[in-house]
Parts: sequence; C-alpha cells; structure tokens
Amino acid sequence: MSSRTLPLLFINLGGEMLYILDQRLRAQNIPADKAKKADWLEEDRKRVMNDIITTMFNKKFLEELFKPQELYSKKALRTVFDRLAHASIMRLNQASMDKLYDLMTMAFKYQVLLCPRPKDILLVSFNHMDAIKDFVRDTPSILSQVDETYRQLIEIYTPLSAGEFQLIRQTLLIFFQDMHIRVSIFLKDKVQNSNGRFVLPTSGPVPCGTQIPGLIRMFSCTGEEVKRAQFRNGGNYTSALREGSFEMFGERVIKLGTNMYSVSRPVETHMSGTSKNSAQHTKVNTAPNPLAKEELNLLAKLMGGLEVQRPSNTDSGFRVNLFATDEEEEEALISRPEEFSYEVINIQATKDKQASAELQKIMGEFQEAGEPAPSSSSKGDDLLAMMDGL
Amino acid sequence: MYHKEKSIQIKSSASALYNNLSVLRIAPRCLTYFTVVHANVVNMVSASWDGLNYSHRQLQSKEGNVATSSSLIMQAAWCVLPSRDLLVLTSQKGIQMYESDGSIMVYWHALDTPETPTAQAVFARGIAAVREKYICVGTSTGSVLVFDVPAKGSNITLSEVLEEHKEPITDMASECSGSLECIADLVSADDSGLLCVWKSGEDFQLLNKIPGFDVSCSSVKLWKGTVAAGYGTGQIRLYEGVTGILYAEVNAHARWIYSLDIAPFTGLLSLPVIVQLLSAAEDSLVRVWHLSLTPETNSVEIEHMYNECVTDTQICGAKFCDGDGYAFAVTGYDLSEIIRYTQA
Repeated sequence: MSSRTLPLLFINLGGEMLYILDQRLRAQNIPADKAKKADWLEEDRKRVMNDIITTMFNKKFLEELFKPQELYSKKALRTVFDRLAHASIMRLNQASMDKLYDLMTMAFKYQVLLCPRPKDILLVSFNHMDAIKDFVRDTPSILSQVDETYRQLIEIYTPLSAGEFQLIRQTLLIFFQDMHIRVSIFLKDKVQNSNGRFVLPTSGPVPCGTQIPGLIRMFSCTGEEVKRAQFRNGGNYTSALREGSFEMFGERVIKLGTNMYSVSRPVETHMSGTSKNSAQHTKVNTAPNPLAKEELNLLAKLMGGLEVQRPSNTDSGFRVNLFATDEEEEEALISRPEEFSYEVINIQATKDKQASAELQKIMGEFQEAGEPAPSSSSKGDDLLAMMDGL
Repeated sequence: MYHKEKSIQIKSSASALYNNLSVLRIAPRCLTYFTVVHANVVNMVSASWDGLNYSHRQLQSKEGNVATSSSLIMQAAWCVLPSRDLLVLTSQKGIQMYESDGSIMVYWHALDTPETPTAQAVFARGIAAVREKYICVGTSTGSVLVFDVPAKGSNITLSEVLEEHKEPITDMASECSGSLECIADLVSADDSGLLCVWKSGEDFQLLNKIPGFDVSCSSVKLWKGTVAAGYGTGQIRLYEGVTGILYAEVNAHARWIYSLDIAPFTGLLSLPVIVQLLSAAEDSLVRVWHLSLTPETNSVEIEHMYNECVTDTQICGAKFCDGDGYAFAVTGYDLSEIIRYTQA
C-alpha cells in the first residue's frame, strides 16, 4: 500500500523506544549488591541516548529509509531495532529486547488507532521528534542531525492529502494487525481491555473538520435550506479542538506520541497475551515467505547505513533490564508464548551467495571487538540468531 | 428495532480498508456468502440461512503468472450480472475475477507497476457491476477500467478506460434499484471527494461531475438517480446525480465513514418510496437511515432511524444481508468475526 509508511513507522517506534530506555536508565540505578561495575550515572544515560539518537538519525541510513518502499515484516523491522538498541554501550538480553519491542509496538499501535484524523499521525510523529530533540538539546551536532530529518518530514509529508494519510494509516494498521499484547500502563489507564483490544471512546472532541453528529439539513433545488432535523448521536461528543502545528515549532495539541512514562508511571508489561482466540487467530506462518530474499536485500541495504558505535572496551557495556529483577527476566524468556516469538525469519540467505555475502559483511560491521564469530552459521539459522551470535 | 444475532467467525481478522465486507445471497440454495479482506488474503464464508452450516475458504492474492510476491488486497466484492456472479479482488498488483464461489480464477488484469516503488502507491480499488455485462474497477491513478464480461467463459476484455478522476478512486457504485428509467447507472468517487456520474453503454458517457471539497469520499451508493456519498469528515451527502443538486447534508459520524449500503426494496409499495441506508464509521457506530423519495416534487429526504455501537471497533465493513433491509452485517479492524443484526 502506501510506500511512504516506513519513515513514520521507524521514527515513531524509535521515539517510543527512547522513552522506555530513558525511563529504565533513570530507574535502574543498579542496587549495591550488583554494583561491581560503576553505577549508571547520569552521564551514562546521556551517552546511551545520544549514541542511539545519533545512529537513528544517521544521514546514510535515513537516505535509505526515506526512499519509497513497502513495509518490512514485523520480524525484519525487529532486527533493525535490535541493532539500534545496541548502538551504544547498553546491552539488552533477548527477554528484555522482546519486552521493549512489545511495548514500543503496542504504544504506536494505540497512537495510530486513536489519532483523530489520519493526518494527525504526523502530529504524533512531531510529538516524538520534539521529545527526541529535547533528549539531545545539549549536544548541538546531534540536534542539527535531528533537525535535518524534521525538515525532511515536513517537506515530504505536509503536502500529502487526507486520502494519502489514510492509506498510510491503513498500511500501519495492517502492520499492527492481530497484535493484542496487554500493557499494564494502558490497562491501568483503562484505555486497553483485558482482551488486549484498545478502548475507543464515543465521547470527547471530534476531529478537526468534523462536526458533532446529530444534524440533518435538507435543501431545495435552488440550494436553500428548507428543513433541519436533529437526531441522537449515541455518543457524547464535543466540538473539535484547534488544529495542532504542522511546522517545526508550535503546539501539537494532541497528546498521542508524548512521553507517557515517568518515575511514578514506570515501564511494565503483562505478557500473557489475549485470553482467548489468540492462538486461533495469530498462527505462526511457517510457510516459506517468498518475499524473504527480496526483503533481506532491502534490509541489508537499509542496515548498511545503520552505523553502530562500538564501545572502545567491552568492559564498559551496561546491561539494562526491562523487568524488575533478573529472575523475572529469565522467567519471561522461558515462558514467552510461542505466538509472540520473533524468531521466525527463515531467510534462505545461504542459498543466495551475493545476498549472503552482503549480509555477512554487514553483520561483520556490527561485530564487537574481542568476541569470536560463531563457529557455525548453518543453513536455516535465522537472521536474529545470527546477529545475536555476533 | 434490530437485535444482535450469533456472529460468524472468520479465519483471519479484517483489515482497515473501505467497504471491507461484501455479501451475496444465493437464494436458490438458501445460502449467504460473505467476504472480508485480511492483508493479502480474502476470507470467504458461506452461511446457510438456518445458521447451522458454515464453510470457509481463503483466497490469496496470486499474481497471474509469477509467485514472487504476495501483494496486499484493497477490496473484494461480488459483482452480480444478469448472466453470472463473479467475485472481484483488487490489489496492489492487479484485478482478479473468480467464479462466485471462489473456486476458479477466470480473469487476471495486471496493473502497471514500476520496477522500484514510487512515492505514488499503485493499486486498484472500487468495484461495481453495471447493467448487462460490465464490471468497472477504479485505480490509484484515477482511471476507471471498464471490463466487458461475456455470459460465460473467461473471455473478459478491457473495453474502455475512463479518465476523469485525477486522484485515486475510492469507491464505485451502480444503480441499485434495478430501475431502467434512471439515466445514470454508475457513480465513481475519489480521494478529493469528486463524484463522476456515468451512463453505461458501448461508450460510457459522463453525465455529471460533482466537485468535492478536498475530503475523501470513501463510500458511495446510487439509488434511483440519487447519489449517497460518505466522507472522511463523517458527513453523508445526498445528490441528484445528473444535476448535482444537493438534497441533504448530514453530520452523521464522528470519524471517517468506511461503508454505506442501501437496501433498495425496503418499502417499494409505500408512497413516498422509502429505502434504508446503512452507514458505518471508525467511530464504532452503525446507523440506519430512511431515504424517502417523493416523485411529484422530485425530492429526497433523509431520517435517522437507528444506531448500534459496536464497542471498541473501528468498523470497516457494513452491508445489508438482503434487499429489504431485514438484516445487516458488520465487521471491523482486528475483528475475526462478522456480526449480524436482524429486525426484531
């Protein structure tokens, strides 16, 4: 569908990732018994945020990202975010990464579903961009990188019609279809039901350009209004709020896409998924994906621009945990329902020498100094496993 | 007025696409067919009227010859011609026509797709069967493709391309009253809200262009020359098709309308003639309206009759199950069921 969807998907998911990491980095002041290495310091948090944002807004990477293209599969995109999350000295294990990705995707799904008009997806993106700018406000070089992307977003997206935004929105909704992971912050706020579906209000302000339902006007053939009738609209709507700013600065008015986490509202998830029907409807597709090779090539190209800054010495790597304790994290990894597994990219990379070589080259770039390459990368190894081994 | 029936489960959930529910009644066999699009798959269910038997089928978006990619489907709709019924699928790659039970693909029309994706998306959307033998399909370039369909066989030909729209086609509808007195028998709508009213024939004739106001017209219907159009602003407008006179403007929904339908045989014997209009939107509401046509004054009035909230569901498809509006069916984004409502 819309070939203009990927940049918005990436920037908004990236924005959500930064919110979560920022909150965890602030919260996770490593307790004394684990503090063999240095504690997380404010400086480390800033470094991680800066490194990830620098990588996210890398010029070469964004050039690839902004080219018109179809969306990647969930698994391929997850691979991109795996790399991005590890663009700094911070390390996440599989379970924490899974949880991070679940939180990011459910948050953005909520924002796409709830945004009043399709065009408001751009305001959601601007809320993320504004927050990202705030994260790097003290580092002018990164700030100018982010501003460059901001200008690009405005240039490409503000001229699009409502219909084109609707197509982008529909493309995103297909991407997020059948994801019903329950997120505790949403459950607490009563914006998500226990079956994982989001609550859609039938009250509150209508979108800009929409009138409160309830009025019928009838006209004569000369265009005169001849009759008016009212009907009960079945909701409790109020007039539209003023339109948010589609420029680099200004108030966005809508709150979707702003940071919902804080010290008093920490990051948590329920990983139980939907109570019923989920297994029936979210079947893991075991059929070989004919797109896999094509997608792998695109992915390789995209990731070629994703420069990862390796820590100068491996000792300085910090591990971040998205769970309260290490035990919980371990438990989550074991008990993760199969339907939520991201490990199913069956790429036949080894069959295609060129793509394989390309991929190996890119993987090589991600390889951390001092760690041996995996001894076997046998046929059938999935991309994630290959990357995790590196 | 209506009460909820047992819903019909479908194999995979509905995608958020305009008019994402199609219904076909097979009266001789006491069956109703339903289709709902899920990404690159069409879910097809045949339901017996006694509610005891359901059979499922899934159609993939095959691309004629090469099985290299699986494109997303934009719409699936049954086309009822006097001689035959066909199931038409539109996707990013082209148009597929199947026998009505989905068993055999009888025709494939490929769209011009660029080697590398362009900023302008390519797809077909908007499907309508017109008069004796035409099936019309809209495209993202604004072209309307007219296919000439023989009474049987696969010798379907592209007979004409109508170039009046500049924006992607959103929906198309043919005259649903079955009346032959009306001059107009096709209306096409696009992303700018422009409506084109056509008369079919060997050469399709443009009767009127009703300008939009830069809001997508996502669903359109045509009944006795009256165009009912649903928009992204949640408004419904009723126009006299040939003259473009605006009969009525309704602030109908709080969000983007996704589907309109008309039950053309609701109150044929009454005077004025009354039919039921169904509207459904992202605001989770389905509404039933009465349209009444007074022939002496040639005016159409609209009245709100009923609404139903499908809680926490952005509705993407809503259709009457029969011509007299006795029952209607609804589905929504992420929903793996078709919910039916029948008159109490």
